[in-house]
Amino acid sequence: MWKWLHPYAKPERAYQLCNTLLPWFALPAVVCLVVGTIWGLAYAPQDYQQGDSFRIIYIHVPSAMLSMSTYVAMAIAALVGMVWQWRTAYMAMIAMAPVGAVMTFIALLTGAAWGKPMWGAWWVWDARLTSELILLFLYFGVIALYTAFEDKQQAGKAAGVMALVGVVNIPIIHYSVEWWNTLHQGSTITKFDKPSIATEMLWPLLLNIFGFALFIALVTTMRLKNEIIRREMHRPWVQMLVKQKETNDAV
Amino acid sequence: MNPRRKQRLLVVSLVGALVMGAVGLMLFALTDSIDLFYTPTQIVDGREGVKPQVGQRLRIGGMVVPGSVNRDSESLAVSFDLVDTGPAITVRYQGILPDLFREGQGIVATGTLLAGNVIEAHEVLAKHDEEYMPPELAEQMKGIKHVKPANNGG
Repeated sequence: MWKWLHPYAKPERAYQLCNTLLPWFALPAVVCLVVGTIWGLAYAPQDYQQGDSFRIIYIHVPSAMLSMSTYVAMAIAALVGMVWQWRTAYMAMIAMAPVGAVMTFIALLTGAAWGKPMWGAWWVWDARLTSELILLFLYFGVIALYTAFEDKQQAGKAAGVMALVGVVNIPIIHYSVEWWNTLHQGSTITKFDKPSIATEMLWPLLLNIFGFALFIALVTTMRLKNEIIRREMHRPWVQMLVKQKETNDAV
Repeated sequence: MNPRRKQRLLVVSLVGALVMGAVGLMLFALTDSIDLFYTPTQIVDGREGVKPQVGQRLRIGGMVVPGSVNRDSESLAVSFDLVDTGPAITVRYQGILPDLFREGQGIVATGTLLAGNVIEAHEVLAKHDEEYMPPELAEQMKGIKHVKPANNGG
């Protein structure tokens, strides 16, 4: 069933796929982010309780949600690398790690900036905030492990184990607000009920979530391209590529 | 899938399941420490049979009982009652309350438990819910009149 995927395990094919995908991520990402952010920050109505301060939701929620999704994607890549022994899967994993770490950091930062005026505190050691901080450390762990090894095949395996074990944190983050007493409120949109946000506030939020996702995909593809080139530097196809580029530039 | 891949997948999923189980048990055992606050009922009746002692530092989370807020006209001292589903606990606090503090609002306060179910708080945080709606809709649905936050320069 998944046989059609196998050719993409080859770095050369993966590189070509990245090139094909890039423009499809780039343009929609920019459109979604620009429209969603301007709509959310300038045109969405005020919240009945929080006034204009609630607008930070348009950055906070997408970055927090996608910090988790990116982690899951990274762990899936690690799993594929481990079971099918694809080198490209490990490259994809390490391409995602810093992007996810930055998303987590943005989520924590905007959360703190939102918490101060609304709750009255920058930081509280409640279950949601703490588990999201642990997610940041997990990302750091994966990156650090990967860079610690000279042999990148070995590095991918070690970092992959770390990434896979860390998946256990994802459901904890998501359900922390239900399992324990927390200062952080419950989920607004990621639940089976109707979202508890007015429709005219929801649309720009969805746009921004979508835009953040595309943006992450875009940056990941760009990083993956670099990673493939760096690892395959001495292969004939890369040297062909370089030569081609040189002749193109000369003309 | 060839047998070697199948075996690797099996090993990875087994280890994954074990880690999940271990972490799950750990979190279950730590529930008391992970909970951010006691509810008023838990302070009166105890949580899992353990009552907080007088003089203990703790956090309490509950709803501000409408009509229970007493402000001192001379100082910043304020006292209010918190409830969840059972009995109320009185919180005394000296300082500036967060903007979202109002009657009926969820509040988390850190302080010391005194005799007679009174808490002397040194920090009061406001907890807001996950509902977001424009003021007009809130007025229709909940009958809440929107109080515009004081950020219009006035």
